[in-house]
Order: sequence, then structure tokens, then C-alpha cells
Amino acid sequence: MSDASLTDDMTREAGFGDFVSLLKPRVMSLVVFTALVGLIVAPGDVHPFIGFVAILCIAIGGGASGALNMWWDADIDARMRRTRGRAVPAGRIAPGEALGLGVGLSGFSVLMLGLATNWMAAAWLAFTIFFYAVVYTIWLKRSTPQNIVIGGLAGAFPPLVGWVAATGSMSLEAWLMVALTFMWTPPHFWALALFVKSDYGDAGVPMLTETHGRPATRRHILLYTLALIPVALGLGFTSVGGPVYLAGALVLNALFLRGAIRVWRRDDAAAEADRYAAERGLFKLSLWYLFLHFGLLLVEATPLAGALQWS
Amino acid sequence: MVLKVEHELHHRRRGRNLGLGLVLVGFVAIVFGLTVVKVLGLGDIRVIEGADHVASPTQEIIAAERAAAEAAGAGEDGE
Repeated sequence: MSDASLTDDMTREAGFGDFVSLLKPRVMSLVVFTALVGLIVAPGDVHPFIGFVAILCIAIGGGASGALNMWWDADIDARMRRTRGRAVPAGRIAPGEALGLGVGLSGFSVLMLGLATNWMAAAWLAFTIFFYAVVYTIWLKRSTPQNIVIGGLAGAFPPLVGWVAATGSMSLEAWLMVALTFMWTPPHFWALALFVKSDYGDAGVPMLTETHGRPATRRHILLYTLALIPVALGLGFTSVGGPVYLAGALVLNALFLRGAIRVWRRDDAAAEADRYAAERGLFKLSLWYLFLHFGLLLVEATPLAGALQWS
Repeated sequence: MVLKVEHELHHRRRGRNLGLGLVLVGFVAIVFGLTVVKVLGLGDIRVIEGADHVASPTQEIIAAERAAAEAAGAGEDGE
């Protein structure tokens, strides 16, 4: 073996961090937060350790679907600048290893969640992984510009899984939390798509900005925002909501609607002029929007806010 | 050329092995913790023991207690 080939092999070998990166830790943080809120605001007591294990299982299940996504999308990732350095397209991890890790951790997380809490929660976690890895990644991502909308549903399930883990059953509140994240995802991603120069087109992934044009994307952002508002406010009138949540949600939704209208009313020439300030602003606001809505639900679950509860 | 025994590659492999080791230790800790929490949350152990339909010491104690209670009850009725 020559020195050159030795060096080549060595730079390719994956470290532990490469396997962790397959689980998409940043996406995981959203999954952990929303699942935790779903678990905490649900009625009934969950032993803290069981709650911890449940959240861990949901996080690992989310990570497993991320690994499956990286396995299937390695060809797309290799063609886009943003994702070229990921472990599979960069050659540090073989596609088969990513598949093995994804399938293994999926089975493991579902089994452990079932044993720790209940089998309905485990079934919903399995469905979430299936939905993200198969329905979104394999079937729809490359075939429809509505991919963001459908993919958002997979990202919306964690609070439901958390709720079912705590209660063993579903409820209107849990589904409204799902609907909140589901309706929030399209405006959030499309605002990003407007100001980030992406190369999805080169990779053959249909994005709304490229298939239907940017004005249509601006219109879609406003339409989804209009559909999002009743969901966000409606949650305030359920058992998990309350005056604190509703007051915060009113402000956040007013700001979000204002941002969406600003983005809708201008064209790309105006956006270029101020370097996409409105689009960037809406994207940044959307991050706070989701975080604060779930944060307000947590506040409502504390004894302090309980005194102000709807009677 | 001086042969280096330790190469950066070895560090990376050690990191991977250590990482996997910690994951496995964490898994053992979780299964142990779950076992403790679940067993402590079982409530009255006699209910569990009764599930296999086999006579057990605690079942016999329950039967004796029940018989005593019934006898006492019958005694009260008779008065």
C-alpha cells in the first residue's frame, strides 16, 4: 500500500461525530422541544424518568429518520453546496451504514418507547418515522413542489407522540399542536427559500420558488399564514391554553400576519433593493413564533398560570 | 522514515469506540432505571403474584386473612 492511498483511506474514515451528524442534531432540538411540551401539558402525571426516556426515544426516532433521509438523498446532497460536506456524500460514511443506523435506531426507539410508555405512542412514533423517511423523502420530495407542506406534517407529530406517551390517548389539544407546526412549516420554509439562493433546481428537487415562481411563493406564504392563525388562536381556548397563551398568541399572530403581508405585497425588485429585509425578518420571526407558542403552552402548564385558567 | 505507532486515525477510532461504549453504558443505565421505576410503581405486589394462579406465600396470607375476616363477619351475623 502506498503512502498516498493510506492517507486517502485515513481522511475518509468516520469519527463518532460523523455518525451523530447523521441524526441531524439541529432538527432534533425542535423535535425534543415540541415533544417535551406535548408531554408536559398533557393531563396526568408521568414519572420524570419515564418522561425523560420517552423524549429520548422520540429524539432518537427523529434522528433515525434523519439518517434514512441522508441515505436516500445522498445523490441530491452531493449536488448541492450546502449539503455536499455531509458524511454520506463526502464519503466518510457508506450509504449502507447510514441505512443500517437509520433502520436500527428506528426499531430501537419505537421498541423502547413502547416498553417505557405505551404502544400507541410507539405506533405514532413509527408512523412519524415512516412518514418522513418514506412518504416525504422517498415518494414526494422529488415529485411535488408541495413537498415542504407534506414534509412539515412529519415534523409536526412529535407533540402528539409526547402527549400520547403521557396519556395513552389522543385529544383535540394534541391534534391542534400538530396542526400548529404543520401550518407553520410552509411559510417558514418559503420565506427562507425566497432569500437563500438555493441549488435545488440543479439537484432536481422541485421547490415552489422554481416551479411556480417567486410571486406565487409570496402568495402561498400569505395564504398559509391566514390558515395558521385560527389554529394558533384556537389552541388558546382548549384545556392547554389560557389567557397568558392567548395574549401572547394574539401579538405573535398579528406580527406574523403583518410580516406575511409585507412579503406578499412586494416583488423581487423591491426585495433586492433592501437585500430581502422583509423575507429575512419573516423567517427570523417564524422561528420565534413557533418557539414562543410552545413556550406559552409550557407557561400555562405551570401552577402560576393555573390560577388564571379558563373556568 | 520513522514509523509512528500512534496515528491520528487511531485517535479517531478510539473516539468512536469510546463513543459507542458510552452509548452502551447509557443504554444499560436507562434499562436499569426503567426497571426500578416500573417495579416501584407496581403497587400491591400480591396482585401481580396472583396472576399466575399458583399458590404463593403472600397468596396464602391473603387467603388466611380473608378467611379470618369472613369468620369474624359470620360471628357478627350470628349474634
